[in-house]
Amino acid sequence: MRIRLVMAFAAAAGILMSVPLVAHHTGSTLYTDKIFTVKGVVTSWLWSNPHCLLRLDVTGQDGQVVQWIAEAQAPNTIYLEGYRAKSFKPGDEITVTLRPVANGAPYGQLVQTVLADGTKLGNLPGAGTRGRGAAAP
Amino acid sequence: MLHRFLILVVGLLGAALLFPADPFAQKPSTPTWPDPVPNRPPIAEKDKKPAPRRNLSGMWGARAGNRQATNQSAGVQLKPNDGKPENQLPYTPHGLELYKSHRPLEGADAVPPARTNDPRAQCEPLGMPRHNHYDLGIQIFQDDYKLAMLYQYDNRWRIIWTDGRSLPTLVDGGVEVDGQFREPRWFGYSVGKWLDDYTLEVRTVGTMPEERVWLDNTGRPISDQLRVTETFRRLDYDSMEWSETIEDPKVYTRPWQTMKMPLTLQDPRIDLMTRYCSPSEIDAYNKIYGNAASGK
Repeated sequence: MRIRLVMAFAAAAGILMSVPLVAHHTGSTLYTDKIFTVKGVVTSWLWSNPHCLLRLDVTGQDGQVVQWIAEAQAPNTIYLEGYRAKSFKPGDEITVTLRPVANGAPYGQLVQTVLADGTKLGNLPGAGTRGRGAAAP
Repeated sequence: MLHRFLILVVGLLGAALLFPADPFAQKPSTPTWPDPVPNRPPIAEKDKKPAPRRNLSGMWGARAGNRQATNQSAGVQLKPNDGKPENQLPYTPHGLELYKSHRPLEGADAVPPARTNDPRAQCEPLGMPRHNHYDLGIQIFQDDYKLAMLYQYDNRWRIIWTDGRSLPTLVDGGVEVDGQFREPRWFGYSVGKWLDDYTLEVRTVGTMPEERVWLDNTGRPISDQLRVTETFRRLDYDSMEWSETIEDPKVYTRPWQTMKMPLTLQDPRIDLMTRYCSPSEIDAYNKIYGNAASGK
């Protein structure tokens, strides 16, 4: 029931796509096997072990704002996907692709991010640029 | 005179062949900070150079971009914990009981973060050999007596003695050295022996008991009766194969191979990213995400 509510909210907030995803945390009961994409405004970006955490506000079509928290892998893992300690700042408008948790709460695993300037960060096929703050190739 | 000159030239050429130039040698005027993660691609066949004799020194990394290779999150490399029949392990009744008591974050029997009892979630040391199965960024230094292996995860290190000393005798609850009991240790007691100029075999005993350490992220158990045999085989200048077999009669009915990991020599200038296990950072993660995401 709760997961249905989350997916319904995500639909209202503007799902851009929803496709199956191969599990990153193998066998984990934490996440569903679906992903969806949503637009939001960054409120904080925690560059930390064991996981980086991205908070963003997502406004639904009914005007309600819901805070989503996206979990990314550790800095040394997502560095090669383009993420950096200064990839986001509060107020940034971004598009994120998430794999939501199974219990229906507004939490999810961060799959990919598209910044306002079109820069893609993350591990969707074909994605993963060097990101902000990166040294020259 | 000419004869001496020719000898000198031939000698220099020979030395150049025996000791190839450092491929990472930098221009003195342009020191840099490379990306702080191992990310060197495999070396093309035409660029391969011979391995140095009895030398494993260097920064080694698993294949970039392959998370299962770099931190074996799904279980040890050769036996991922995916429920498939071919990856079932030969547990003893005690071993199976231990496995069922573990609540891992990864693998076929994974639980949400709030329910785990993985020692890693408490920032306990991973110990030997689990450190071999997690976040592979490894620096090896060696001298005439030993190798030091530095692990990126939690900035840990272990010593492998290569000076010919014997492996301690495994006894109940620890090891015996020259008739004296010594306590178990997180990385145990390791000795290495060169099987040939390019292959180092390392044996380890005296690791921590089953209530303190796991084999991998998926909760596979090990005990203090564990014997680990690793083989470091340098294939060429830039490539090494790292194999590991474990024997633990308390937990498994027979020895089995856990990994055969291809490693690539990395840029020696890499200053690896911090990957400490910080209790306060884990606490913050659980408060912000882990507990709520788990439904706690």
